[in-house]
Amino acid sequence: MNIQTSRRGFLTGLIVAVALPRLARAEGRAGYFNELPAGDSEWAPNAFIRVAPDNTVTVLIKHIEFGQGPYTGLTTLVAEEMDADWGQMRAAAAPADAEKYANLAFGMQGTGGSTAMANSFMQMRKAGAAARAMLVAAAAQKFGVSPDQITIEKGVLRAGDQSASFGELAEAAASQTAPEDPPVKDPADFRLIGTDLPKVDTKAKTDGQAQFSLDVYRDGMLTAVVAHPPKFGATVAGFDDSAATQVAGVRKVVQIPQGVAVLADNTFAALKGRAALKVDWDDSAAETRSSEQMVQEWTAAAQATGNSAKDWEIEASGDVDQALADGDVLEATYVFPYLAHTPMEPLDGVLELREGEAEVWMGSQMQTGDAAAVSQVLGMDNVRLHTMLAGGSFGRRAQPDSHFAAELAAVAKANGPGAVKLMWTREDDVKGGYYRPLTVHNLKGAIGADGKLTAWDHGIAAQSVVAGTPFEPMLQGGPDFTAFEGASELRYATPNHRLRWSQMDSPVSTLWWRSVGHSHTGFAVECFIDELLEKAGQDPIEGRLALLGDDHLREKAVLQRAAEMAQMSGDYGYGVAVVKSFDTYVAQIAEVEDRGGVPHVRRVWCAVDCGIAVNPNVIRAQMEGGIGYGLSAVLYSEITLEEGGLIRQANWDGYPIMRIPQMPAVEVAIIPSAEPPTGVGEPGTPPIGPAVANAWRRMTGTALRRLPIIPVPVA
Amino acid sequence: MTINFTVNGEDRSVDVDPDTPLLWVLRDELKMTGTKFGCGIAQCGACTVHLNGMPRRSCVTPISMVDGSDVTTIEGVSGPEAEAVQAAWTAIDVPQCGYCQSGQIMSATALLQMVTNPTDEDIDNAMAGNICRCATYVRIRQAIHDAAKTLEG
Repeated sequence: MNIQTSRRGFLTGLIVAVALPRLARAEGRAGYFNELPAGDSEWAPNAFIRVAPDNTVTVLIKHIEFGQGPYTGLTTLVAEEMDADWGQMRAAAAPADAEKYANLAFGMQGTGGSTAMANSFMQMRKAGAAARAMLVAAAAQKFGVSPDQITIEKGVLRAGDQSASFGELAEAAASQTAPEDPPVKDPADFRLIGTDLPKVDTKAKTDGQAQFSLDVYRDGMLTAVVAHPPKFGATVAGFDDSAATQVAGVRKVVQIPQGVAVLADNTFAALKGRAALKVDWDDSAAETRSSEQMVQEWTAAAQATGNSAKDWEIEASGDVDQALADGDVLEATYVFPYLAHTPMEPLDGVLELREGEAEVWMGSQMQTGDAAAVSQVLGMDNVRLHTMLAGGSFGRRAQPDSHFAAELAAVAKANGPGAVKLMWTREDDVKGGYYRPLTVHNLKGAIGADGKLTAWDHGIAAQSVVAGTPFEPMLQGGPDFTAFEGASELRYATPNHRLRWSQMDSPVSTLWWRSVGHSHTGFAVECFIDELLEKAGQDPIEGRLALLGDDHLREKAVLQRAAEMAQMSGDYGYGVAVVKSFDTYVAQIAEVEDRGGVPHVRRVWCAVDCGIAVNPNVIRAQMEGGIGYGLSAVLYSEITLEEGGLIRQANWDGYPIMRIPQMPAVEVAIIPSAEPPTGVGEPGTPPIGPAVANAWRRMTGTALRRLPIIPVPVA
Repeated sequence: MTINFTVNGEDRSVDVDPDTPLLWVLRDELKMTGTKFGCGIAQCGACTVHLNGMPRRSCVTPISMVDGSDVTTIEGVSGPEAEAVQAAWTAIDVPQCGYCQSGQIMSATALLQMVTNPTDEDIDNAMAGNICRCATYVRIRQAIHDAAKTLEG
């Protein structure tokens, strides 16, 4: 997702006070706390740092951790500026507090758009530098020397033969004045940034100790599942709970705005109760079109104006129609299905309702909005939200409408005082919407024999993710840039260019899906340019380099680096793609084998430029994972609406996910850079699809223009 | 119905609906949360435990089948293979979100208990039932090879 800095402040913050129990401290290895320790004896130089007498330094992380590494990365920034020892560092989730812990790119607390590192880079370094200055001042007093005689290395302050640890100095440092604008290190002096520090959360994720929302159990807690409408836009007309309430362990069956909730003593009873429930649905406002019908309508809209609710001209230059009339035109239509995110941990959360207060545990990606939604449903100001580790998201937990928090609160409200856990099953997740929008691209272009691009005419038909949600103000009345980002600001130079977006309507709910607009624009742009270059007899890499002007030097650099890495032989097909997303530049070359008429990806070479590489090992892991996530979708994934509007898929049997035998070997090179760091959670995903499709087309002559490449046969 | 079994060597007795999957007995009754729910239909392997020493999807294993059996979960898995696997996982930072990793480690440990020096094909066969949505597969493969080397000494 991509919420721009200039559009900050569109949601008001909810101030939430938190006091959490202390957990046992680990020694030796950098680690994390499931909940923030609240020791009175700790020194808190600012909102982000706690130094304990036992010499541990805990960094409060304002971003949720679901695999992309902010617990490790942001802790590294503080450790760097404090000159701490990595082994003394701990991370903990910051409380939900939009005043202290806003994403500086959003103006509210939340994570997305690969912004965690980018927006925190200076903020966390300044926080660490301030703590360092206070420790130095305290040590200077204690040692009886001037501050400039103090050195710090691995968490020990020294002057002459005197030394003291952070923990020993914490009390004295607490009485020092915090500097307002402390100097940060020259990058040449970095000792931790740029190294493969071990991740703080790895150990707890290998011994079963990591705590996710599903792992929260409260005394007397009930477990709830909800029967949701099987069609988008349908509502409850009535229900018969006579069989459901007979199931042993079922306590309550109750209608809520989202459907009908079954509350039970345990998960199995809740599931049995829901299976026994009979609900009549009112389909009068439901989406009844099949996705095939939608593809046809979307295709007409992408091809010409006047076929959608609203047409937007996004960019126009030169005379596209004339240039197309004069050129040797290639036209291609690309079809991208609805996609579910299916994070490993389905949506879940726990809410405990007490007199005048509510406490929530969930993998909240938008803490400010989620806490506000709970507050609104319950009519209660005192809401404490604990951000739990989450089992993946890929966009699914970044909900502008906070629909899960609202549903959890609705269930809790119906339950009354006490604790309730709401769990979506995998079927709820697959059928539950909030999909990557079904999108159709139509491209017309021409390239001369000299390799120059003479025309590029691009039409996109898709729903808006943002319109109609509480995030709509960020559009400021304009088009939803998340529908066409990556197609706008075309990196390949042409004097005659046009980009249109046809805004489509449907009750099917949509959401950002890892890399958002780039998940389809990257494919369309990179496949189309590759085909144009081939048609003009140009080399895919040299041809791209020639079209990328001097204002695209970083794209050129990753492309050249990937080309240097790739070991291409005559036995397989090779394809390339380069995509800039979220200010990070990634080029990938895929080695593809024709295995019985379908592509098998053997190896991928990936070059990435994300500015300063804070933790190269995390960056490599995100490229590997981003490639796997993107490849899984382009090979196998689609959500299908049947005739009448029912969803065909239900679970991972019908919505296949890449497994270990299909995962290619991945080699990653990181371009050295002194630029500020940019995100890596999403940018690894867009290039893999077009790289594979380009390899396949150059090997077999068949252009892959409808995804997925290997659809599940209809029974 | 009362079911008697052991979990990580400790005697356990539960009185639950005999159709209740072992997964939900471990989690809801015994509050052992390392074993995860991912799909409920044995598609993803997040719920993998060892039942009498063999890897088993606990989400489709009714507790009635477990009577008299020995269950091992991520909280109690031990021995040289488990230690080598967990050390290898930690050394190269395999986990991303971490949610599937209990199941991955239970499957990988079972593989190394049966095959001392697994090939890539052995790994594919043993691990194909475990989905990792973060696609940490490159590192899972590497860590299993690393653990096998450690065990060889």
